[in-house]
Amino acid sequence: MRYLPKSPADRQQMMREIGIQSIDELFAPIPAEYRLNRDLKVPRQMAESEIIDYFRECAETNAAGYGVFLGAGAYRHYRPVVIDSLISRGEFFTAYTPYQPEISQGTLQAIFEFQTMVCELTGMEVANASMYDGSTGAAEAIMMAVRVTGRKSALVARSVHPEYREVMSTYSQHQGLPIAEFGFLENGRVDMADLEKKISEETACVLIQSPNFLGVIEDVAAIADLVHKKGALLVVSIAEALSLGIVKPPAEADIVSMESQSFGVPLGYGGPYAGVMATKEKFVRQMPGRLVGEAKDSNGKRGFVLTLATREQHIRREKATSNICTNQALIATMATIYMTIYGREGLKELAQQNLAKATYAAQEFGKKAKVLFQGVPKFNEFVVQTQEDPIDINNRLLEKKLIGGLSLKRFYPELGNAALWCCTEMNSKEQIDTAVKAVGQ
Amino acid sequence: MSDNDIKKATRHVNQNEGLIFEKSSPGKKGYRLPPLDVPDVDYKKALGQAAREDLGNMPEVSEMEIIRHFTRLSTWNYAIDLGMYPLGSCTMKYNARVNEVVARLGGLAEAHPYQPEKISQGALRVMKTLADCLLDITGMDVITLQPAAGAHGEMTGILLMRAYLQSKGNPRKKILIPDSAHGTNPATAAICGYAVENLKSNARGMVDIEALAAQMNEDVAGLMLTNPNTLGIFEQEIHKIADILHDKGGLLYMDGANMNALVGKTRPGDFGVDVMHLNLHKTFSTPHGGGGPGSGPVACKKALEPFLPKPVLVQKADGTLGFDYNRPQSVGRVRMFYGNFGMHVRALAYTMANGYDGLRQTTEDAVLNANYIRKKLEGDYDLPYKSASMHEVVFSDHRQNQNGVKTGDIAKRLIDYGFHPYTVSFPLVVHGALMIEPTESESLEELNLFIDAMKSIAREAQADPGLVKTAPHSTRVSRLDETAAARKPVLRWKPAQAKSAGE
Amino acid sequence: MAYPNDRKYTKEHEWIKVEGNIGTVGITDHAQESLGDIVFVELPKVGAQVTASSSFGSVESVKAVSDLYAPASGKVVAVNEDLSQEPEAINKNAQSAWMIKIELSNPKELDGLLTAEQYEAFAAEEK
Repeated sequence: MRYLPKSPADRQQMMREIGIQSIDELFAPIPAEYRLNRDLKVPRQMAESEIIDYFRECAETNAAGYGVFLGAGAYRHYRPVVIDSLISRGEFFTAYTPYQPEISQGTLQAIFEFQTMVCELTGMEVANASMYDGSTGAAEAIMMAVRVTGRKSALVARSVHPEYREVMSTYSQHQGLPIAEFGFLENGRVDMADLEKKISEETACVLIQSPNFLGVIEDVAAIADLVHKKGALLVVSIAEALSLGIVKPPAEADIVSMESQSFGVPLGYGGPYAGVMATKEKFVRQMPGRLVGEAKDSNGKRGFVLTLATREQHIRREKATSNICTNQALIATMATIYMTIYGREGLKELAQQNLAKATYAAQEFGKKAKVLFQGVPKFNEFVVQTQEDPIDINNRLLEKKLIGGLSLKRFYPELGNAALWCCTEMNSKEQIDTAVKAVGQ
Repeated sequence: MSDNDIKKATRHVNQNEGLIFEKSSPGKKGYRLPPLDVPDVDYKKALGQAAREDLGNMPEVSEMEIIRHFTRLSTWNYAIDLGMYPLGSCTMKYNARVNEVVARLGGLAEAHPYQPEKISQGALRVMKTLADCLLDITGMDVITLQPAAGAHGEMTGILLMRAYLQSKGNPRKKILIPDSAHGTNPATAAICGYAVENLKSNARGMVDIEALAAQMNEDVAGLMLTNPNTLGIFEQEIHKIADILHDKGGLLYMDGANMNALVGKTRPGDFGVDVMHLNLHKTFSTPHGGGGPGSGPVACKKALEPFLPKPVLVQKADGTLGFDYNRPQSVGRVRMFYGNFGMHVRALAYTMANGYDGLRQTTEDAVLNANYIRKKLEGDYDLPYKSASMHEVVFSDHRQNQNGVKTGDIAKRLIDYGFHPYTVSFPLVVHGALMIEPTESESLEELNLFIDAMKSIAREAQADPGLVKTAPHSTRVSRLDETAAARKPVLRWKPAQAKSAGE
Repeated sequence: MAYPNDRKYTKEHEWIKVEGNIGTVGITDHAQESLGDIVFVELPKVGAQVTASSSFGSVESVKAVSDLYAPASGKVVAVNEDLSQEPEAINKNAQSAWMIKIELSNPKELDGLLTAEQYEAFAAEEK
């Protein structure tokens, strides 16, 4: 086997030195009746060229070369080649968690830069080294709010990504932590009256998403006012990180939970992505996940270390802030490189292009169908309601190598024949025009 | 120590590099966008009050500087590509390059999770093929690939147990966890609403069967067991353990962190395990990436199938693959979409490169390497548990500590010899533990270099303990003041003016 | 360092010094030594009730957390806020770095605690 660096003679020599005749002696602790005496039913050993052929064939039977109008928590943005070139360095991708700071300064400094950029973008004071993804990060944010406030229930907007909401209820189900939902108005924004009715002295936090799942940017400041009056925390979840290029950061929030996939992370059929959690400094000890901090070495030289680790499971065990062990370090590094490439001006310019594409597309769709949630600011997603079932429209588009918007029937049946469309810098005017033409054909 | 004594490492040029923010200045650019082909929109007008003023201190640098910056940072890291990384319980094995190539193939890397199933058959086939391989490797009946990491898999598995017990009328109150377990185990049990009860190990470093029998009752949902355990010892009475649990209606959960000792040699499903997770980033070689991403599939017995997280990957009537969302008894979703698919691709590529014979040889080599290290070092380091070692061996610093040299010091000194340290001070049942897992990826030559280094450090601990206690001496930063960092945490960079004005 | 006779000790390494019905609580020199450099102390708020032998807070070093156990029951009437800024005061002098003051609800509980001499012997055994 080509990954194994030993000759038969090496193995013989090692066995001799250990004092065994056969390798099976080392497996003697396994009771005989449980030893596997047949070959595993897995493919035979394959050559590298065969492996590439196999996956190439899989890749070809998957949609390749399509124009994509899907967003809904996973966004197709251009990935500068510099990202893969850098993260393919073995020193990044074949390293482990930086528990030994003297030989992990590369990962540590990159994460410190990541934490800083996340703070700058979100308007928060501290950020962690990343969570699994946006959905689990949102669930962890609710659990954190419970620890901070000592209160035991949460309210979540129905305009939050439906799969995020499912994950939150999975996490909370056995923690004595009821999560109730509040609705949205005809313009797609949070129904403040409904929120006001449902929020109480028992509410640990209110969680909203902005831009929300329906593409609408929320009035975060107004919601924060209401939530804070009741002594609860406001958690803002962001699924489309690029929106922060032009959208005001949710600085009024107490916790921001963000999916960073938009920042140079491949769509990859849903993962791996990286969640981000950011908060106010005063809450940092209740924050889950790894944190990198600045430190000095014995000569006074600047370096970085994992810090405040006593919050974590390997020390506090069942009393830890979370059971999370990993962060998504390599993905966070991708995001850091992406944010560095575009930087202060580029993220804005890129976000403006997204806004322009989506605005144009919404106008064009509006000529042939109904674009919902008018009169409120949106970023790069919008909902189109059609006479026809969106699945039928999408089937026609597939023939033109375009993947249409996401039918919302599964999540919001009350919206009828509605679909969530997303336009990024990757969608050309020609693609948009073709898609619009397919409506009501 | 003179430089001549150190065979593996030597000093070389090490670039200094500031923070990226310190290189930034207005007007530098690392990007160029194509011209807009639709009418431009004034975003401030369009967004009104929701519009952002500016992006604060986000960096402005050129592409050349970006390449140099991150390349220089990378050179400060130790990595598997540079040498042995014997972190116990972490299984730092070779990360094959073909895995990275196939994971980046356009059709897979650019697939949107919501694209129609009929044009996702390739991705679904990868998941199905991997699932089938993992089922035979574990001896289990059904599997979910959704969990994003090991601890996430633990949570999924305990939720499955809870849902199953609930369906029988009583979810029960407690989970038993051995004192040698990973910290994630008790933290997971707590998240799933269970109290944690500690289970003591016996003098051989295994589960104390009598204690287990005494502690097992109708309040106990099950046992979370790592096998081989964190001492690298196979639980020889595993069948009795399973029987004791099953007799009282409980379930056996196995933490699959140490599956690298078992693949192709024995199957948890055969020795009584009901539910378990795998760490694809350990046993199946997906890269650790400096701390993630991982992937933690959960496999279980048929009886737990109705409770699997939704959606469940199924073969449909027309023979195509797809997801079944109609799972009324499901524990729910543990992550959006379908899991860390990019890791599924890599794990399958690893399995294919190995085949059944390669997987078995891999396990044998991993166990051979650990036992070779044990044999060579047991004269120099105290071995607190004498039971047979599988894929890792745990020594203690008992002898070196006579001179005030602790496991953490020995670990730091190992850096000077060109190795990543082993796992320090874990498992907790061993005072001053040195937990060494070489994996199958080390040649005899590299193992001998490691053994020489460890022997040399044992001698230094006698002759010159101060040298060991102040190590490392060869790195670009020396020991960092973690105490000061924790007392007054600085968790982000701030520009100099803001620092003096704001604080 | 000798353990002063003006207070009593727990087997969990806290001390309590009683004046009137107010007990002042801290951790012992032996405790700070085995914890190492203390980086953070978590204490209850004034007005909180504490129960003898139950946890009232925690003390953290870089890689360990230890619960603090109340030597006696009662209401917290004062908290040493300085420790949040300067946790190292405990390492410098554990006997003077008090943590909380309790209004004792059941002074009889003190009878079960160790004297300085008994504690010294107990701590020596643990070493």
